[in-house]
Amino acid sequence: MDHAQGEPQPPPAAIRLTGLRKRFGDTVALDGVDLAIRAGEFFTMLGPSGSGKTTMLRVIAGFEQPDAGTVELHGEDVTQRPPYLRDVNTVFQDYALFPHMDVQDNVEYGLRIRKVDRSRRRERAAAALELVGLAGLGSRKPSELSGGQRQRVALARAIVNEPSVLLLDEPLGALDLKLRQGMQVELKRIQRDVGITFVYVTHDQEEALTMSDRVAVFNRGQIEQVGSPVEIYDRPTTEFVAGFVGVSNLVSHGGQTYAIRPERVQLLDPTGVAPTSAVLSRGTVTDTVFLGVLTRYTVALDDGGSLVAVRPNLERGSLSESDLRGQAVIAAWQLDQATDIEMSADLAGEHVEESA
Amino acid sequence: MELRLSRVVLRLWVAAVLLFLFVPIALVILYAFNDSRIETWPIAHYSTKWFSVAWHDPEVRSSLWLSFKAGLFASAIAVVLGSAAAFGVHKYRFFGREAVSLLLVLPLALPGIITGIALKSTFDYAGIDLSLLTIIIGHATFCIVVVYNNVVARLRRVSGSLLEASADLGAKPWQTFRYVTLPSISTAVVSGALLAFALSFDEVIVTTFTAGAQNTLPLWIFGAIRLGQQLPEVNVVVVGVLILTVIPVAIAVRLTGRAGIR
Repeated sequence: MDHAQGEPQPPPAAIRLTGLRKRFGDTVALDGVDLAIRAGEFFTMLGPSGSGKTTMLRVIAGFEQPDAGTVELHGEDVTQRPPYLRDVNTVFQDYALFPHMDVQDNVEYGLRIRKVDRSRRRERAAAALELVGLAGLGSRKPSELSGGQRQRVALARAIVNEPSVLLLDEPLGALDLKLRQGMQVELKRIQRDVGITFVYVTHDQEEALTMSDRVAVFNRGQIEQVGSPVEIYDRPTTEFVAGFVGVSNLVSHGGQTYAIRPERVQLLDPTGVAPTSAVLSRGTVTDTVFLGVLTRYTVALDDGGSLVAVRPNLERGSLSESDLRGQAVIAAWQLDQATDIEMSADLAGEHVEESA
Repeated sequence: MELRLSRVVLRLWVAAVLLFLFVPIALVILYAFNDSRIETWPIAHYSTKWFSVAWHDPEVRSSLWLSFKAGLFASAIAVVLGSAAAFGVHKYRFFGREAVSLLLVLPLALPGIITGIALKSTFDYAGIDLSLLTIIIGHATFCIVVVYNNVVARLRRVSGSLLEASADLGAKPWQTFRYVTLPSISTAVVSGALLAFALSFDEVIVTTFTAGAQNTLPLWIFGAIRLGQQLPEVNVVVVGVLILTVIPVAIAVRLTGRAGIR
């Protein structure tokens, strides 16, 4: 193939999903999803529970048949194929390690099924265990491992087959915070090392922002927005995304609703000189919460509604948290730092939308 | 104080129940070592001579052998049919599934005398002579239930994601069955088979209707007690039956308890 002279040909999508629909009884799990995932990318499907992201993953793996729509892997329609004929592997939320096999046999399982010969199998399993930092634990039974170790075995068992796509279903959900943060870094490293397309399902927005090349935000069986973590955070296109990813203030200004992040709202002394380019609202600080790195202020605006602002605590004692409570301030934000939001009708008019 | 008192009472209660259950059995065991032909308390002289007598009694031997064969074949049939039924009921959702699963368990709850009479009239009607075969069929009716129950309970505990993981790793359905399902339920099948064997080995009622002229060990005991001539030998044989029943049951309990899905 020679495209040197013409337009650069985009590489074929690792996964292309077209018009996917799936319902379980009365519940609509997927309500018409179209999505293309590029080869080699770390792609995250983010959403609250019941938003359809796990169903999406299970449709790609072949565990669920969509009611409508197609699944293509590297340009090939695999919609009708059973899971064992798809070149994808899954890391399950509950790990699903075979309890009657030791770690070695668990990791070798896929290779044994494909009749890879014994010495080659040993070699690749050893390499996979090495990659996930479990070298030498091959003879342990899954029941003798900690949660974090089981998680790594599940990862090794999938990666050892060198699939073109790895599907991960909330793989860190059962781990405690420290372990989870460690594994986030490590997953990203492994993904870079092996160069496999990762499709990662999570409800944790921080996890999604930290690891992903791109994020799709799911809500009620549909995709609200697809973009890089920075785009999703800085330029949420819908009210749902603005609320679900991080914290946003939703503000009406000139007949349009804007989302503005708390760290981009400045609190000014009402007696000082206000910058002319900013949108200004007078108000009173009603609440301050010390968060360590940041302090968060809630400001009740004089003409109704409220705004949340955060400030980094750059110097020790620079702002003792009680300083501002009850004080009159001016909340200022720049229009070019805010994003226009499509409002869903039922929520228009509320000013502050917060979400964990 | 009240707590301690209730604890003491509770302990005494448990002890009383255990005594109630096991004193008769202990007595039989003791009497097996009684030197005398007549059962008197306290036992005057102990001896093992009745063990030798029983061992060399051709009737005891042939009934022991018959019981053994019946138990073996009945549990073999139970393993095949019971596990197959368990897979069917567990895996497939079909119309009347609940009814089928109830019908499968019913023979165990049904009074043995009904099963016995029903089988006897069926055999008569079909012109089948009572033999080892009819004993085996009779025993299989309740042995299948035991294996079925055991395997169905285990299948419920095998997480569905294990089967999905296997398929995900490229295994065709038969490979998943061979490498994941079967190993996960093997101990349940074995313990079911052992329980079935133990049940078959001391079954009296159904056997009475299906045995014809031959005696299984429990039938021999039953007859010998009624005649009253060979009581010391009966005690010895009962001890034998006891051991042959307790051992498989104990193994079965260990298998079910330990080898769950961890």
